[in-house]
Amino acid sequence: MIKVFFIALFRMFKGDIRYYAWLAFLFIVIAAGIGAYAQQADKGLITTAMRDQVSWGFYISNFTFLVGVAAAAVLLVIPAYLYHFKPIKEIVLFGEMLAITAIIMCLLFIVVDMGQPLRVWHLLPVLGMMNFPASVLAWDVVALNGYLFINIALVVYTLSRLAAGKEYKLSVIFPLILLSIPWAVSIHTVTAFLYNGLSSRPFWNASILAPRFLASAFCSGPALMLIILQLIRKFSRVEVDNKAIFKIAELIAFTMGINLFLLGAEVFKEFYSGSVHKAPLEYLYLGLHGKNLLTPWMWTALLFNVTAFVIFLVPKLREGFLTLNLGAVLIIAGIYIEKGLGLIIPGFVPDTLGEIYEYWPTASEGLITAAIWATGALIYTLMVKFSVPIYTGELLGGNK
Amino acid sequence: MKGIAAGLAGAVLPAGVADAFNWDAFLQKHFREMSDEELKRVIERLEKETSLEWNKNIHIAATKAQPGVKFGYGLDLSRCIGCRKCVYACVEENNQSRTPQVQWITVLRFKKGEKWIDLENSEKYYNPKEVPEKDFFYMPVQCQQCENPPCVKVCPTKATWKEPDGIVVVDYNWCIGCRYCMAACPYGARRFNWAKPNLSAQELNTETHYLGNRPRYKGVVEKCTFCIQRTRAGKYPACVEICPVGARKFGNLLDPKSEIRYLIENKRVFRLKEDLNTEPKFYYFFAA
Repeated sequence: MIKVFFIALFRMFKGDIRYYAWLAFLFIVIAAGIGAYAQQADKGLITTAMRDQVSWGFYISNFTFLVGVAAAAVLLVIPAYLYHFKPIKEIVLFGEMLAITAIIMCLLFIVVDMGQPLRVWHLLPVLGMMNFPASVLAWDVVALNGYLFINIALVVYTLSRLAAGKEYKLSVIFPLILLSIPWAVSIHTVTAFLYNGLSSRPFWNASILAPRFLASAFCSGPALMLIILQLIRKFSRVEVDNKAIFKIAELIAFTMGINLFLLGAEVFKEFYSGSVHKAPLEYLYLGLHGKNLLTPWMWTALLFNVTAFVIFLVPKLREGFLTLNLGAVLIIAGIYIEKGLGLIIPGFVPDTLGEIYEYWPTASEGLITAAIWATGALIYTLMVKFSVPIYTGELLGGNK
Repeated sequence: MKGIAAGLAGAVLPAGVADAFNWDAFLQKHFREMSDEELKRVIERLEKETSLEWNKNIHIAATKAQPGVKFGYGLDLSRCIGCRKCVYACVEENNQSRTPQVQWITVLRFKKGEKWIDLENSEKYYNPKEVPEKDFFYMPVQCQQCENPPCVKVCPTKATWKEPDGIVVVDYNWCIGCRYCMAACPYGARRFNWAKPNLSAQELNTETHYLGNRPRYKGVVEKCTFCIQRTRAGKYPACVEICPVGARKFGNLLDPKSEIRYLIENKRVFRLKEDLNTEPKFYYFFAA
């Protein structure tokens, strides 16, 4: 088994020209981001567009989106293990690796957003002074790291069984899988509560926030999974059954339907009752006091999401790869805008004293963000590259 | 435990940074975890660091809250003329950064005869030749020193807390700069040091308090502390003292004979955003 791991590790660094070009591209983006981060570390967060009025921006937006992506795994796990849907069961591993990657990216986004990143140990229990259970952020630290470890454990166990040429024992893995389902729901819920619990921000302080979080997460994560699975199928010997892909597409139709319904419920409540608390939603979709930087983006996101919903709803469309992929891309972009720009920023617009500060990320924030995405892509690429030969059993003489 | 932390950090940090790196500062404990002896040594180090930076000796006090004291503030809206003298007196007293400008008091201008309190239509950047202006009234907002402070609840590291005399303070050496408190504050009272705070040696006020106006760092949050360095020494906050129209009142809420108690009991008082149950100790009132 150890030997197989070593061979896989060795093969991780071998590939064709496209593979090296891809890695080189990622390294260039990461290097640019490190340069921008060095500037930020030196000058302070003044290199970002965040200010006292809008004190969280693009970093926290990306963090929030990625907590959602980390759920992709669980949407695959449920049909795979609970309903023994075999085509999906075989690809669950790639979902779990996506969860690991997404959580690592989440942690990176938190660290780059911190004013004093070296003091991160203050967050730890015993060593530091974790404000548990009062602070939801302390809960989130527990939830995210717990989810990271569950998924690492699942992946390591599965891979070591496969490397030893054995089927994995469900009796060993099942309790962890059962735990991972509510835990995935909890990372979303806790992250939603992080914003939801603030009475100072009426836009977040609405009970619909956590359900909307879950619904949108269960759209974007699986959509990303659809694309990744097709790429893995194309570039490796891993076989992914079409049935698995279509099943995921069908699930997305439900989750996107719920997501749009919840958005509608929120729009109705705010605009029909018409209290001053509708200001952030008004800012997003109509503009407020002539300020409307995000308005075109929000309508684009809505258009994307509705189009994707139609695509995934109609069996003919979701079972044709051209429309399927179009739908998946529309969902990823749509939810990225909706949850990134459209969820975090309006919590601060107008601010608690009524000021409208229009936030738009600086180039430096953009570079650092891109670098974290590239880091994620690098981690995922290497993980897949490492595990594919183990997964297909080709290192054992291809007897799987 | 701290040894482990040192070891871990040593393994993680790149060698190049190590020269400029201050281990004592990195491993410094939370203010409330330090013994008197430890606190003394930390203060000595901080005083030394500051004197090196500004070529000027400063004094950092750690005066504790007096028993039987809970500070409260009153602001007479019928008197405020919107001159912002309080804003600048506060900046001078509390060593805020001059560039970029950090101010703890925000004065909002409202148009007379329109809906009250319409924050969304208030103006923060008003700039007339003369105040007061005929058609406007003014409302200064600063930390409301809530009895039930949402900022304290959310802080993931307990770097901000409410002192026994009711003042909400920040340990600038413990704050990780996550800004969750800023999201939680309903009064826009907290400020973040987006860049390294910048003030000249001439501008530096050398009488400071550990939890108040001592020089701050890049990447930490700060806020109004009712001038803790002054009020715990029996003086009025700088904003109270400077106000040319006597709109600002200050005192001990636990003393039934105090001016602030008289105001609360006899004037028409209200507190900002009462519906949020934050229980501010900052009372707005109309005396005239």
